[in-house]
Amino acid sequence: MAARHTDSLVQPRLAVSEAEGRAVLEPSGDWLIETIGQMDRQVRAVERDHSVKALHLDVSGLGRIDTSGAYLLGRPLRQGDDPVPEGRISGDHPVAARLIREVHARMDHCPPEEASGWGLRKMLTRLGAGTEHVLDEAWDTLGFFGHTLVTLGASLLNPARLRWTSTVHLMETVGINALPIIAALSFFIGAVVAFMGASLLETFGASIFTVDLVGISVLREFGVLITAIMLAGRSDSAFTASIGSMKMQQEIDAMRVIGLDPYEVLVVPRVIACVVMAPLLTLAAMLAGLFGGLLVSWVTLDVSPSFFLTRLQNVVDWTHFMVGMSKAPVFGLVIAIIGCRQGMKVGGDVESLGQRTTASVVQAIFMVIVIDALFALMYLEADI
Amino acid sequence: MSTRPLIEVRGLVTRFGSHVVHDGLDLEVRRGEVMGIVGGSGSGKSVLLHTILGLKAPDGGEIFFDGRPLSRMTAAERAALERRWGVLFQGSALFSSLTVRENILVPIREHVSLPPALMDEIADLKLGLAGLGTDAINKYPSELSGGMKKRAGLARALALDPDVLFLDEPTAGLDPISAAAFDELIRELCETLGLTILLVTHDLDTLHAVCDRVAVIAEKRIIAVDTIARLATNSHPWIQDYFGGPRGRAALRS
Repeated sequence: MAARHTDSLVQPRLAVSEAEGRAVLEPSGDWLIETIGQMDRQVRAVERDHSVKALHLDVSGLGRIDTSGAYLLGRPLRQGDDPVPEGRISGDHPVAARLIREVHARMDHCPPEEASGWGLRKMLTRLGAGTEHVLDEAWDTLGFFGHTLVTLGASLLNPARLRWTSTVHLMETVGINALPIIAALSFFIGAVVAFMGASLLETFGASIFTVDLVGISVLREFGVLITAIMLAGRSDSAFTASIGSMKMQQEIDAMRVIGLDPYEVLVVPRVIACVVMAPLLTLAAMLAGLFGGLLVSWVTLDVSPSFFLTRLQNVVDWTHFMVGMSKAPVFGLVIAIIGCRQGMKVGGDVESLGQRTTASVVQAIFMVIVIDALFALMYLEADI
Repeated sequence: MSTRPLIEVRGLVTRFGSHVVHDGLDLEVRRGEVMGIVGGSGSGKSVLLHTILGLKAPDGGEIFFDGRPLSRMTAAERAALERRWGVLFQGSALFSSLTVRENILVPIREHVSLPPALMDEIADLKLGLAGLGTDAINKYPSELSGGMKKRAGLARALALDPDVLFLDEPTAGLDPISAAAFDELIRELCETLGLTILLVTHDLDTLHAVCDRVAVIAEKRIIAVDTIARLATNSHPWIQDYFGGPRGRAALRS
C-alpha cells in the first residue's frame, strides 16, 4: 500500500453506466476509510435500484483502496455468503479485485448490539433486577458473615492458628494510623456542638446545659459514629482493594491450592483488628470530642475546665458512655465483614475492582447508620 | 516504491536511571517486510518498541519514519503519523469498560466521520479480518479468552487500515494451535494489505513462520539482522545458543 498523506487524497466518485440490462459501477478516486463516509448513501442507492445479478464492477479508474473501501465497493456484489462470481469485477488495478474478494470472504455480519430503550417494560426490568440484586447481596453477606463467624470461632478455640503478625499489623493500620484523623474530626464535631448549643441555650439563659449537650451527644452518638464512618471510608475500602487485587492476581487461588484458608488468613485478622480497634478509637474520639466542647465552653461561655469536668461527672450518666462503647465493636465487625466480602467478590477485571470498592464503602456506611438507628430504638425501649 | 527504509533507528540510547538499556542501537525496517526482534529477557525489546512508538523519549540518537525524524515533528505531523500505525500491546490493552465492537470503533470514531451503519459494518469486517468469531462482538474484554483478546486487539490495531503494524509478543500465552493460526493470520494480512510489520517475540515458531528478517538485540545493540536461515549460521555465541538450542533446532527443522 502506498504511503498515505491526508492532504493528497483524491475524492472518491462512483459512476454507474447501464447497458443491455447490465449496470457497471465505475469507481474513481481514493476509496479509503478517510474518504468513503460520503459514498455510503450512493452505494446504498445503487444496491436498492439494481438487482445484484445485473451489477458489475470496473476498477480500472480506481485510485488507492483499503479494506474499508474494498468492503464498500464489494457490498453491492454480495449475495449472501457466496464468493463474488468470476467476471463480475473487471479492469486493471494492482490490488482491488484481490482485496475485494478477500474482504468479502472474511466479512461476517455480527449480531447487533442489544437495543437499549427507556420504555416502561425496560424500567420495570431494571427495577426488578435491582431489587433482586439487593436481596442477593443481603443474602450473600449473611452467608459470608456466618462463614466468617465459624472460622473466627475455630481460630479462637485454637489460638495457635491465629495469624498474630498480620493481625497486629492490621491493628496498626486500622487503629493507630487512623487515630489522628479520627481524633481531629471528633474534636471539631465536639466544638461545633458546643458552639451551636451555647448560642441556642444562651437565649433561654440556660447556657450551662451546653455541658450536658456536648457530653451526651458525643458519648452516645458522635464519638462512635465518626469512628465508624472513618473506618468505613478508610479501612473498609482498603480491605476491598487489597483483597480484590489479590483476587485479580489469583493470589487467593494460590492460597487455596497451598492449603491456606483465605478466610483464616485474610478475613479473620481483619475482623479481629476492626473489632478490637473500633472501641479504642471510639474512646479516643469521645475524649477528643469532649475536649473540643470543653475548649469552646471555656472560650465562649467562660466555663472553666474544672467546672466543665465536675458538671460532666455530676449530670452525664455513665450509661451514655456505655451505650456509645457498646456499638463500637458491632460497627467494627460489620465494616470488616462488608469490606472483606466485597474484596472476595472482585472479578477478573479492573472495572469490577472499582465497582466493588464503591459498593463496599456505600454498604458499610449505610449499614452503620441503619444499625445505629436500631440501637437507638432498642435503648429507647429499654429506657437506657 | 522507494528503497528508503520505512523506519530507521540511528544511535539510539535509552536508560532508566543509571541502567543503560540501549547504547548506540541501529535498526532499519524496510517497507513491506515483516521484521522480528528477538533478544533475551530484559534485553530491551519492548523498550525499543515503546521508544519507536514515542511512549518513551530516547535519551540519545534519533528515530526516522519515512525519512523524517520523529523528534522534530510538530504535534499535527505526529498525529497524522500515528494514524498510519496500528499497535497490538502485549496484554492486548483493550479498554475494559467497552465491548469489543466499541473498542474497534474507538480509533474510527476519533479520526474519521462515517455513517453509523457503515461504521458498524466496518467493525464487523475488522473482526473478521482478525479472525474472531461473530458472537464475541458484544462481549466485554473480561469475558474473552487470552487468544480472543489478542485477536480483538489486532482488530482494533487494524481499524484505520494502518501501513505499519507493531506487535508486542503476539503469540505469547496462546496454545500452539492458536499461535500457529495467529502466525498464519499475520502473514496473510501482510500479503493482502501490504503491511509493514515489526514484531517482538520469543516464539521461535512465529519467527520462522512470519518474519522476512530477524534483528537480534544483545549487548545493548542490534548485533545482527538477517534471515533466519543465515542467522542460524552466525557465530555469535548468544545467537548460537538461541537458534542452536533444542527449541531453536526443532523450530528450524519444521
